[in-house]
This record gives sequence, structure tokens and C-alpha cells, in this order.
Amino acid sequence: MAILDKHAVLEKNVTLLAIFAFLVVTVGGIVQIAPLFWLENTIEDVEGVRPYSPLELAGRDIYIREGCYVCHSQMIRPMRDEVERYGHYSLAAESKYDHPFQWGSKRTGPDLARVGGRYSDDWHVDHLRDPQSVVPESVMPKYGFLENRLMDGRYIEDLLRTHRMVGVPYTDEMIANARADFAVQVDPDGAWDDMVERYPGAQVRNFDGQPGISEADALIAYLQMLGTLVDFSTFTPDASR
Amino acid sequence: MVEKEDRVPENKVEPPQRQYPETTAEINENVAGNEPPTTGHTWDGIEEYDNPMPRWWLWTFYATIVWGILYTVAYPAWPGIRSATPGLLGWSTRANVQAEIDGALAANADINARLVEADLTAIADDPELRIYATSAGAAVYRTWCAQCHGSGAAGVAAAGYPNLLDDDWLWGGDIESIHTTIAHGIRNDEDPDARWSQMPAFGDILEDDEIHQVVNYVMSMSGTPQDASAVTAGEEVYLNNCASCHMDDGTGDRFQGAPNLADAIWLYGGSYETLTETVSYSRFGVMPPWSNRLSDSDIRAVATYVHQLGGGE
Repeated sequence: MAILDKHAVLEKNVTLLAIFAFLVVTVGGIVQIAPLFWLENTIEDVEGVRPYSPLELAGRDIYIREGCYVCHSQMIRPMRDEVERYGHYSLAAESKYDHPFQWGSKRTGPDLARVGGRYSDDWHVDHLRDPQSVVPESVMPKYGFLENRLMDGRYIEDLLRTHRMVGVPYTDEMIANARADFAVQVDPDGAWDDMVERYPGAQVRNFDGQPGISEADALIAYLQMLGTLVDFSTFTPDASR
Repeated sequence: MVEKEDRVPENKVEPPQRQYPETTAEINENVAGNEPPTTGHTWDGIEEYDNPMPRWWLWTFYATIVWGILYTVAYPAWPGIRSATPGLLGWSTRANVQAEIDGALAANADINARLVEADLTAIADDPELRIYATSAGAAVYRTWCAQCHGSGAAGVAAAGYPNLLDDDWLWGGDIESIHTTIAHGIRNDEDPDARWSQMPAFGDILEDDEIHQVVNYVMSMSGTPQDASAVTAGEEVYLNNCASCHMDDGTGDRFQGAPNLADAIWLYGGSYETLTETVSYSRFGVMPPWSNRLSDSDIRAVATYVHQLGGGE
């Protein structure tokens, strides 16, 4: 047991112990994490998933700023009860442009992974203003102030650029048009064709029903997009995943 | 036994002092003969016995190692070049949830088929079908309808989401009308068969004092007007502008979803302010169609559920 006797050297030198403990943890980490980057059945490309439009991305930032993720998850687990309540279970690809992801870990409120299209914009406006007016048993705080906070999209290009830095494939064209795209998504009378071409499936409406681009517009645009990008009538799940 | 008068400090009897060993040498002396070997480690004069692990602990430890290896063989685990080993049990989350959903659908297939084939008006007369449709419909209602109509189906008056309990229907309250409303929705762009009507915004058509008059007349139909002197003039405004849809007596017209104004039940509220807003700007309540999201049997089930809530005709 000569090698076990050598172990005494590690036990008596705290620096060596730290170095070797780190090496052991590193090996464990590599074995568990590294294969996920090359195994084909862990990387699923799904048609329809696209980078968020500038307005949706701004709405997502408000979602994060207000801490919505603390009470709402965005992760429908593959279980019958969740699928029947919330819709098709979430796919990894659906959050691949999320930095950071919004899976959440607690459901004080319901899961929002497929909330898009489930309620009308009016309902969202009423609900953000006074959640208890439409859901009396709700404990959600009021977010009516979002309607009063207008945005001009001044830094939206920087926001897209930052997301590109961490791996979201925003093109130069998308970044160059970011501010115009940001504004046109709340203007159904505007020239939004190019924006929708860049971000297929983007919904163009005056989300909060009031003039100007408010934070409520952005947040509702984000919510109405959630879970709608993948067409599950044509999606065939690969059972090996 | 110590007598009471002897209990004075100077007579106190000290308990015998136990002699504890103080040095390693003394300890070794104490246990001489049956002393286990030491590991040979010495820190500050402290040595460590090399006692064996408890047998139960050691075997549990070996068992967890064997379990771990077998587990990685049975379930997907070992990474390869292109994929990981699938595991002998062929386990798959996606297949499992699909099988579970298919199983539930298959278990209900017969009664769902009966529900789809049954005449809507006959569901209530078939106890088995009625009980099934009511429970299944309650589940559908809580998932898809409760957000607007409320978990107890009492609606939200302030937001114009109709109460489904109050025996007052905009588009008809027999089960066939309810079924049509659920399947196609109201005033939506998604379904060409959606129920549709639109009240004009009379703020652009009538003068302010005419609106004041007609609001008071409408209030007088079921209660007390805010300004009684305006009622008579309001009746004429009403008959010229409103009666074609809401009828001369204010009882409304379900064919075009024109609410009954004479029954003291209000969709958005019956105060002077709210009615003035309604008349001036009109209302445009939207309900989505459900035939593109729910199965036929689900729609029939939830129609049955809503019909039996108390307001069904």
C-alpha cells in the first residue's frame, strides 16, 4: 500500500491538499459537464426559436428587474399534470437565447413559459395595474407604474450587442435597426414588415393601448411572445432526448 | 447517615477523587494488553487508534458503489463520441410523459367519444355522461377560463368579464348557445364564426346633454336615475338611437349580444359615470375561440359545466 502511505503527504500539507482537492473536483466537473457540449442528443435545434426582438428583450430586462422570476418559473416539466395545465413541456432550445435563463425555482404564481397568447393585452394591462381585480385570490403586487414609465430605446443597440457578446446571433443588420425595430413593434400602422422578417412571429400591437412606448408595452410584448415561437403542431419530439 | 448537627463545613466529607490518566503513556498503561494499534499519526502528542470501520457501515458503503455502477448501466449515463449510453431500461422522460398522457386519453376514449356524439341537450339526462362532463369541464374551466371569469365563475364586473352564475346571458344561456360561444368566441379575429357585434361610440354621435339624458333614462329602467329631470328627454334619445338593438323596453337582443338594460345586472357597472363611459366610448369585450385549442370533448365538457353552474337555461 505504498501509494496510500504517500497520502500522508497531502494530509500534512494544507496547500497541497487544496491543490489536489481542486484537481479532483475539476475531473468530476469535466466528466459531467464537458460531454454536454459535444453529444448530439443533448443539443436540439428546434425550428422557430429566434433571438428576441428589441422590444421583447427590453421587456425581458424589466421582467428581470422587477424580480418576476422570484415567483414565476418558465419551465414546464415533462409531467402529465404540468403539460395539461401549461402546455407542451419546455424544450432546452426555447431558452437558448436567454442570458441568464429564467427557469426560476419557485411557483408562487403560475409558470409563464407558455403564457403568450393565453390572455388578451387588456387582461395583462388590468392584471399589472391591479392583479386582484381579475384574480381575487392573487398575492401579486401591483405594477401599474410600468404604464407611466416611457422608454425611448436609447441604449437598445448596446443591449443587443451585449447579448451578441455572450452568444446570441444578432446580426449587424439587427443591431443597426434595433432602435427602429424597438419603436415599430408597438405601431401597427408603421412599416414593421422588415422587423417581422428579422424576428419571425413578432407581434405588432399597441400592447398597453396608450400612446408612447411604456415599460408595460415591452413587458406585455415579452409575455405575449413567451412559448409561442415553436409550432408544436409540426414539432416531433425525439424520444432519445 | 450524617446527623443534622454534624452538617457543618468542617465535617464535610470529600468524595473520593477519581484519578484520570493525564499522559499518553498513562493511557497506554491503562489499556495495556487489549489496546488497538494506532495509525502512527501524532499531532501535539495526540495519537489516533486505527479501529476498524463498523461492519454495517462498510458494507453499506460497498453496496452504494455497486448500486452506482448498476445505475449507470440501467439508465442513460456514460458519454461517448456522439451520444451517451441509453441504458438497458430504455428510460426516456419524453416517452414517459407521452405514455402517461396517451394512457389517460385511452382510458377516457370511450366516454369522450360518447360525449362528442351525444346531443348537447341530452347530456344532462344521462347521469354517467353528465357527471363525467361536469368534472372534466370543471378541470378545463379552471385551466382556461378562470383567469377572466374567476375561479368561482362570478366574473369581474370592473373589467367586463361576464358573471356566469347570474342567469343573465348576452348571447344565450341554453347549452347550445354556450357551446357556440365557447367554441368560436366573441369579437375575435381568429375564428370567422366568432359572435360579432359592435356598439357605436355615441360620444361621436350624440351631444353631451343627450348622453346625460339617455344615461339617466337607462338608469331609470332598473333603478334610480342620477338626474330624474333628464329621464323623459332621455327616453326619446333612447328610442331613436338605442332601441334598435336593446329593444324598446330595454330587454336587449341576444341575437346580436345586446345586453338587457332593464334587469339591474351590469357587465361593466351601472353607475352614472360608468354608463356615461360605456355610451360615449362603447365597449368591445373579446373572448378567444377555443375550438383551435381544446378538443371537441373538452369544449362540450366545459359547456356542460358552465351550463350547470346555476345560470343555465
